[in-house]
Amino acid sequence: MSVLTRRQRADQLDDPDVANSLTREAWRRIRQNPLAIVGGTIIVFFVLIAVFAPMLAPFNPRSNAWFDQIRPTSIPGPSRDHWFGLDEGGRDELSRLIFGARASLMIGVLSLGIGAVAGAFFGLVAGAFGGWVDSLIMRLTDILLAVPSLLLALSVAAVIGQSQTAIVVAVAVPNIPLFARMLRSSMLGERQKDYVTSATSVGVRRRSLVMRHVVPNSLAPMLVQASLALSTAIIDAAALSFLGLGSADPGVPEWGRMLANTTRLLNVAPHLAIFPGVAILITALGFNLFGEAVREALDPKLRR
Amino acid sequence: MIRFVVRRLLLLIPILFGLSILLFIWVRALPGGPATALLGERATPERIAQINKAYGFDKPMITQYLTYMKRVTRFDFGQSITLRKDVTAELVRRFPATIELSMAAMLFAVGVGIPLGFMAAKRERTWFDYGAVTASLIGVSIPVFFLGQILKWVFALKLNWLPTIGRLAPTRELVHHTNFNVVDSLLAIDGGALWDAIKHLILPGIALGTIPLAIIARITRASVLEVLNDDYVRTARAKGLRTSTVNRVHVLRNSMLPIVTVIGLQTGLLLSGAVLTETVFAWGGMGQLIAGAVLDKDYPVIQGGVMFLAIVFVLVNLVVDVLYAFIDPRIRVS
Repeated sequence: MSVLTRRQRADQLDDPDVANSLTREAWRRIRQNPLAIVGGTIIVFFVLIAVFAPMLAPFNPRSNAWFDQIRPTSIPGPSRDHWFGLDEGGRDELSRLIFGARASLMIGVLSLGIGAVAGAFFGLVAGAFGGWVDSLIMRLTDILLAVPSLLLALSVAAVIGQSQTAIVVAVAVPNIPLFARMLRSSMLGERQKDYVTSATSVGVRRRSLVMRHVVPNSLAPMLVQASLALSTAIIDAAALSFLGLGSADPGVPEWGRMLANTTRLLNVAPHLAIFPGVAILITALGFNLFGEAVREALDPKLRR
Repeated sequence: MIRFVVRRLLLLIPILFGLSILLFIWVRALPGGPATALLGERATPERIAQINKAYGFDKPMITQYLTYMKRVTRFDFGQSITLRKDVTAELVRRFPATIELSMAAMLFAVGVGIPLGFMAAKRERTWFDYGAVTASLIGVSIPVFFLGQILKWVFALKLNWLPTIGRLAPTRELVHHTNFNVVDSLLAIDGGALWDAIKHLILPGIALGTIPLAIIARITRASVLEVLNDDYVRTARAKGLRTSTVNRVHVLRNSMLPIVTVIGLQTGLLLSGAVLTETVFAWGGMGQLIAGAVLDKDYPVIQGGVMFLAIVFVLVNLVVDVLYAFIDPRIRVS
């Protein structure tokens, strides 16, 4: 940090928000980071598409009104009427991609949200109670962490069956032990700190000590993990739907499934593989760039 | 050292025991039980009863659990429902294919990733560095199944340089001793088969290796950057050592610890996570077997496969921990 003039320092001391400077400082760093700007723009772009899908899509994504144009050896590519061409079922590819953004983002965000909240809950319980509760929860996370995440997701989805709910739950489960461990270990770290000792010594009760002091201070690593895990969640969700675990109704547009359906048609209609693939790639890249920026902003070790 | 390994191995037992219990409960937690899930729309009361009897689902829970555990400890997961083959035998037969693919992917990831990360660090804040960082960000964002299809389309279908799917040309005959095609063709002293096996490995290897490549390059770059600023590197330069010697003896060796860690972790993931690549390239390894089992609800295969791969995963991670100790004397002493 550059050397402040006395005047600036005085201003800073007068600023009532300085007490909250960790968050403000982080936010300032994010806004100034070009990675965050590119990533954020991509995220906003896809979120807008997902939200306004019904208005943006030129056609109904499930309508196969153009099925008569589909031949085993040729599928119409991009044209004036269909900017991204038709898919193998005679549906408008662009409309399917737009509605697919909705499914992909929603599944990704939901599954990560469920995983993070459930994980945080277990981590909180383990960190706050300690003792045998802590041991039990930690041994359970050991077991879940012994299975690689995609494999764990697959076995969860296998039990629930073909549906979008299955994908959400399946992608959420591998995140639970990660977030549980993370919140617990950062709570343990916080517990050693002076402010906890002083709060205890002035008689703050255990519950409010945990909820109002320890937890808020332990959240930074969770935030970093969540922003980086979102891209993985979106890719994993697409992967499960690629493997055929999404909705049992083939009319439902999902990026992963759209890619899977075209495997046989690579030579006939490569555009059908390229569009959804690139869509997943760019969305994941956006979340990765933004997550990277959040990490740089919140991780003191990376600050220069 | 031996005590450390033995202790870590013993710690694995409760984890695997717990996992087997979880798998047992998980399959039985289904609404309507496994038989309904298995039969789907074909479920009639008679058929459900038939399946329940055949797989012992009609017995009391505790009896089921005891039989199950007795078999699991002998590593017997029963018969696959769809393939009608012994699950363990099938897993063992297919495992070499997965190892071979993972090794090819790792060779690619390490061979390109470490030099790339090293050069990016040496040229920090140049266009090469920015390019490498961007490429590695794209590398971790690209879905494997998409990359695999694009590689297949360009290099197999359009350019016709490499085969599209499988491990060997269908017409080629090779005696299988080990089920590693590279090893088997060497044993048979068959150069044509060897070249064929290698050609089949290239595209899936690149597809599977891209994510580890990106991660290894990033870690190498970060780790080398940290070491480059250390005093002993400056001293080594100051005493007039050649740049190549400084790089080899001082920079690379000292930055190896995090790199080895990440290579180990990624190897564990590859051995257990080639599901997508194997599906795209019809590889016929464990990953493809499990992906198929998940769709067919072939629970014996899922149970056996998850247990098998979890064991591989934790063992590889154990090897990584042991390797640490060899690389870093500080850990060995403590």
